[in-house]
Amino acid sequence: MGILFGITLFKAEAVSWFRIYEMFRFDSFHMYGIIFSAIALGLVVVQFIKWRHLRSTEGQEIHFQPKDKRWPRYIIGGSIFGMGWALAGVCPGPMFILLGSGYTVFVVFLLAAMTGTFLYGVLRKRLPH
Amino acid sequence: MVPEFLLQLKDLISQPWPWYVAGPMIALIMFVLLFFGKEFGMSANLRVMCAADGAGDMADFFKFDWQSQGWNLLVALGAVFGGYLAATYLSGPDGNVAHISAATVASLEEMGFSFENGEVPLVPEFYSWEYLFTWRGLLIIVGGGFLVGFGARYAGGCTSGHAISGISALQLASVYAVIGFFAGGLFMTYVLFPLIFNA
Repeated sequence: MGILFGITLFKAEAVSWFRIYEMFRFDSFHMYGIIFSAIALGLVVVQFIKWRHLRSTEGQEIHFQPKDKRWPRYIIGGSIFGMGWALAGVCPGPMFILLGSGYTVFVVFLLAAMTGTFLYGVLRKRLPH
Repeated sequence: MVPEFLLQLKDLISQPWPWYVAGPMIALIMFVLLFFGKEFGMSANLRVMCAADGAGDMADFFKFDWQSQGWNLLVALGAVFGGYLAATYLSGPDGNVAHISAATVASLEEMGFSFENGEVPLVPEFYSWEYLFTWRGLLIIVGGGFLVGFGARYAGGCTSGHAISGISALQLASVYAVIGFFAGGLFMTYVLFPLIFNA
């Protein structure tokens, strides 16, 4: 699945800093097309799974755990992520994908991201959730 | 010899992919992962990687059974390999170019970027080790990377986890997350970029 994901995002140019920039400028439908069509089909998939009480290969019924609804963590965390997304032009998926495409500097991106995640882990109790 | 139709298939895949192919493909990937009892979310890997490196000793957040999440690392590894395959074997007829709109190109040129033949490379030049040692490079690569890692886990997910999986599962939390993503992204693009790139 990972390989498919990598090829998909790369060929759809979703790994491009310029595409992300373009997305935030609303200059093209492309990135929105990718995300919305994924959501559209995703909605169908999830409803199908729920309707048919589909079981996974592990034998359990596939269950969608409701996420914690307290909004501060999402708005604040999301904004921080969004800023990074625009600045770096990548989110975690593309970081791995571009590393594979030969841009070894992504090791630094990943280390920086891991540092960010680590710092979150450490500061978590003091942050608003 | 390689059958003709396989070569044609390869050429077809090597064309830039339109959104209506990529989006559904992503949804399909999510479905397969769900079918195997997993979830689709790339940023969880960052947390697992920290835990695997021993971060559990320093913060409770990393004290979890990360070995059970090993499958997600495999997905990430697959993504790495996918990037390699796509870049090496599936380059389109234009090479690795980003087909962005003219309006975006114009705005980039205003910020000081220049492109040969008006062709925008898929990957910007500032993704390089040389650039890392300039203040802008440091800001983009280390700063940007840090914000992504911190923000993604604070929000509990990134584009794959929230925007796609979360919204498909009708999670209100994910809608909040995406609002946050855009608030941050737009702020960066419209307020901070002119400062960073025109300095």
